[in-house]
Amino acid sequence: MRFPEALKRLDRRIIFLLIAASVALPLVWKPQFDDHATPIVQAIYDRMESLPAGSRILLALDYGPSTAPELDPMAVALVRHGIRKGHRIALFTLWPDGLGQINKITDDTIRAEFPDKRYGADYVNLGYKAGGGGAINTMMVNLKTMIPADALGALLDSLPMMAETRSLSDFSVIVSLTAGDPGLKEWIQFAGDIGGIPVMGGGTAVVAPELYPYYPQQMVGIMGGLKGASEYESALMLGYPDTERLEMAATVRMGPQVVSHVVIVLLVILGNIGYLLERKKSIRR
Amino acid sequence: MSDTLILWIDAALTLMILSFLYRDNAFYKFAEHLFVGVSAAYWMVVGFWDHLVPNLLGKLFPSLMSGVVPVANGQAAEWHYLIPAVFGLLLLTRLVDRWAWLSRWSLAFIVGGSAGFNLPRFLDSDFITQVQSTMVPLLVFDTGGALLVGASLSHLVLVAGVICGLVYFFFSLEHDGITGKVSRLGIYVLMVTFGAAFGYTVMARISLLIGRMDSLGNWLSSMGL
Repeated sequence: MRFPEALKRLDRRIIFLLIAASVALPLVWKPQFDDHATPIVQAIYDRMESLPAGSRILLALDYGPSTAPELDPMAVALVRHGIRKGHRIALFTLWPDGLGQINKITDDTIRAEFPDKRYGADYVNLGYKAGGGGAINTMMVNLKTMIPADALGALLDSLPMMAETRSLSDFSVIVSLTAGDPGLKEWIQFAGDIGGIPVMGGGTAVVAPELYPYYPQQMVGIMGGLKGASEYESALMLGYPDTERLEMAATVRMGPQVVSHVVIVLLVILGNIGYLLERKKSIRR
Repeated sequence: MSDTLILWIDAALTLMILSFLYRDNAFYKFAEHLFVGVSAAYWMVVGFWDHLVPNLLGKLFPSLMSGVVPVANGQAAEWHYLIPAVFGLLLLTRLVDRWAWLSRWSLAFIVGGSAGFNLPRFLDSDFITQVQSTMVPLLVFDTGGALLVGASLSHLVLVAGVICGLVYFFFSLEHDGITGKVSRLGIYVLMVTFGAAFGYTVMARISLLIGRMDSLGNWLSSMGL
């Protein structure tokens, strides 16, 4: 069988196996690639750095478990950075399945790495609210109308970091990690553009291209997919060398990402060579 | 539930779903149906406890619901919440053919309200401000008056790309001559955009695969492999 025919008859399961191997093997070998923050990601890091200690940050985890491999590393890096800087973080979600993500970040990162931080004073779980843009709109006018109590049922007035909070304008910055609608786009439309509150965040690689047009006028910066998360982790490790000892999920996962992309590019080139050879043959006929 | 049991369930369901790559089979079907069922149940429970209970029942019967909605404690009943309650119930009339037409009132309210609510925000954020963002100087200079080549090129690509893309969708003129050439460039701009979006999508899918592989790796490690 000639090369073009062999390519055309190639069982797709062989391609699946190649991709699986290109992801699994680097996870075992853990190859590391140097990364650095591009300006659009560095802008997020710089904004977090420039805020005075004690600033209130609203971190909206607008995603569920299905996109956690991409967005969890961003959330972890932001929380590590924010708490190291002494900021106070309010976790919130516009997605019903985002509640689990908040609990995961609270248990695995905040409580595990910062046991001295107190719930209600340094961080708070505002839970989930339905309504997307409508919910944000209400929070712009009166936060406690929309969220009178935290996810555990405690009145916000009883929590030191939220007692004096009247609306979203009392937050220094809104960070949304988004897997679609509602998410970062709604935060820009209903909070950033109306109230002049700085909005920034991250998105899965699928939604990131939709969000880039908002940069830099309507959005401070954005992390696009796993690469964006890896860039933020690089900036964090550069600024806070003590974080190098921690597991940086996106940096580790960029190894398999790079190898699998090389395999995909090679397969695309191979497919095109086969197509050109076949075309040349048909022209000769 | 112990972490080990969670790891085993996680690994088993992952392998069941991935088995579809070989061919459709009963294990895949089981995992798929389980996912649909669990998701539906989760949304229903969240919908009841996070929407209906605090936003409707807690407002109508605050003393009765104060045990599960602490903020309702000591509040007076807000009877005007009966209006959205009736609208909500009208949606259920779709279940009875004879009364299904009543659900249109609720739908009309939802469609009209959403459109009216969203229109000004989309017009401002996604149109006016976006147009404004495209109005950038083609030549960018630093404070010393020196030309910034990178920034100028970036602005040039931005402005030219937007204009060419718009001309491609402008059908009141024949796409020949100069209009044809600009429109042709517009197609290339669109192709680059689609290519970039497709590349990003590949990255997203691979990221999810990495997440699953990572999870399978943890499962294997738990067995000492």
